[in-house]
Amino acid sequence: MESRTTLKTLLEIKNIETFYGLIYALRGVSLSVQSGTITAILGANGAGKSTILKTVMGLIEDQPDKGTIEFMGKRIDGKETEDIVRMGISYVPEGREVFEELTVKENLLMGAYLRNDRAEIRKDFEQIYEHFPPLKARENQWAGTLSGGEQQMLSIGRALMNRPTLLFLDEPSLGLSPILVNEIFKIIKNINSQGVTILLVEQNARMALAISDFGLILENGRFVMKGTARDLMQDKDVREFYMGIRSEESAKGYQRWKRKKRWR
Amino acid sequence: MGELVQTLVSGIAVGSSYALMGLAMVIIYKTSEVINFAQGEMALLSVFLTYMVLEYYHFPFYVAFPSALAFALLLGFFLEFAVLRRAKEPNVLGMIIITIGLEMILMGFVSWKFGAEPKTMRFPLSPYDSLSLGEIFVSSLEALTFVVALTLMTVLFLFLRYSKLGIAMKATQQNKMAARLMGIRTNRILMITWGISSLVGCTAGLLIAPTIMQPYMMWDPMLKGFAAAVLGGMTSLPGSVFGAYIIGVVENLFGGYVSIEFKSAVAFFIIVLVLCIKPSGLFARHYVKKV
Repeated sequence: MESRTTLKTLLEIKNIETFYGLIYALRGVSLSVQSGTITAILGANGAGKSTILKTVMGLIEDQPDKGTIEFMGKRIDGKETEDIVRMGISYVPEGREVFEELTVKENLLMGAYLRNDRAEIRKDFEQIYEHFPPLKARENQWAGTLSGGEQQMLSIGRALMNRPTLLFLDEPSLGLSPILVNEIFKIIKNINSQGVTILLVEQNARMALAISDFGLILENGRFVMKGTARDLMQDKDVREFYMGIRSEESAKGYQRWKRKKRWR
Repeated sequence: MGELVQTLVSGIAVGSSYALMGLAMVIIYKTSEVINFAQGEMALLSVFLTYMVLEYYHFPFYVAFPSALAFALLLGFFLEFAVLRRAKEPNVLGMIIITIGLEMILMGFVSWKFGAEPKTMRFPLSPYDSLSLGEIFVSSLEALTFVVALTLMTVLFLFLRYSKLGIAMKATQQNKMAARLMGIRTNRILMITWGISSLVGCTAGLLIAPTIMQPYMMWDPMLKGFAAAVLGGMTSLPGSVFGAYIIGVVENLFGGYVSIEFKSAVAFFIIVLVLCIKPSGLFARHYVKKV
């Protein structure tokens, strides 16, 4: 990792609070994403990981309730999703959300909806087919007929077609076989090395930290820990709670006392 | 034999105006899954305003008709923007009820402004001129309607299949959230859809008006157009057109050989039959979701 002084803040979230109806989902979350890095948000089910991404994208109506979100120095909280996408953030939603009755090609074309540079779009098509060879073979097939892994590839490819500055990935490993997970993460790293900043939400802490520069751990709508990916991977609690690696075996086979707190 | 062929040909001719209404309804259904029951009355308003422009202000056809189409387009934009978009937490059923309300308001407005008595609309082609093909007669208006329906179908079909805007319309219907994530302004897409649909409906209205013109003139074609669209699977443009021909032909055959009184009911009998045998419609190519 290069020295931190050269990094520039791309996304700055300050103290946002989000409600889903009456549910208090985010309880004051702050985070900044540095240009050119991969940042991973980890946490258990229901911790509010996806809610952070959805709030930033403006997908939850009238939220965030409090706090500010800045992208490249401009306030984006309260803006329409369509305008946020235009500023250069693409979001790969959880559960793929491809256009099922459009062909693979049409799906990708929709990804490039905001662009008019035909020659460049054609180049990007080639590049995406290079990243994801199975898509090329199914170019003219309805997206709904693809397998889960292929749909995930399509969903990522579609988001890339907009040439985002910042890419949000919401659980890209969900429902994929271990081999495919490996492959997808390799591609994510690859995309990042081509200059796209990535904010990743994952349950698979081991894989996520392996490719990330920074990591944050979310519990019950609050960050309880942040640091470089390397530090987090070394941390005893993270290893135990999120990676299932037990540092010391007790005679009875389970830990007999709680180390410190439970992150809240 | 000649009589039978004549019945078939007239059936297709009648079917052409149903086809136009069917196309108009399919376009809206394709982007929002809303069945627009105000389709006929939106066209009705455009047609009566054209009548006003022609009769009271004596504008020539080449001014009146294009401006009618332009008005229809704006009317579609306006209704979507001013009425449908205002619905809070919209769902499909609620939207359909709104269109029924719109239908009554528009119909009421036209009856109040122009009166319920039948009128005659001037038209460049007389509905009573006929072209003869051997021993078969078709009125020139019917021939025109036929050509217009097929042309519009082709244009719309190509538009939805190959243009970026057309694909964006389909994307909006299939997954609104994902469409917004692509930067598609879904509200604007819906507005455009309503505009185009209203335009197609208005075309149908203008072609029907020379033969029959009173505030109820669009109700029957609209229902038959809807029936045709259901027959075609509700999302298929060619499907709705062929559905319309089937309904037109069967209706005419039934009227000619069985009973003229129940002629109109036949369309709905066909729908029930089709829905029993092939519920997704004759032409729908619908992807069945894997769990």
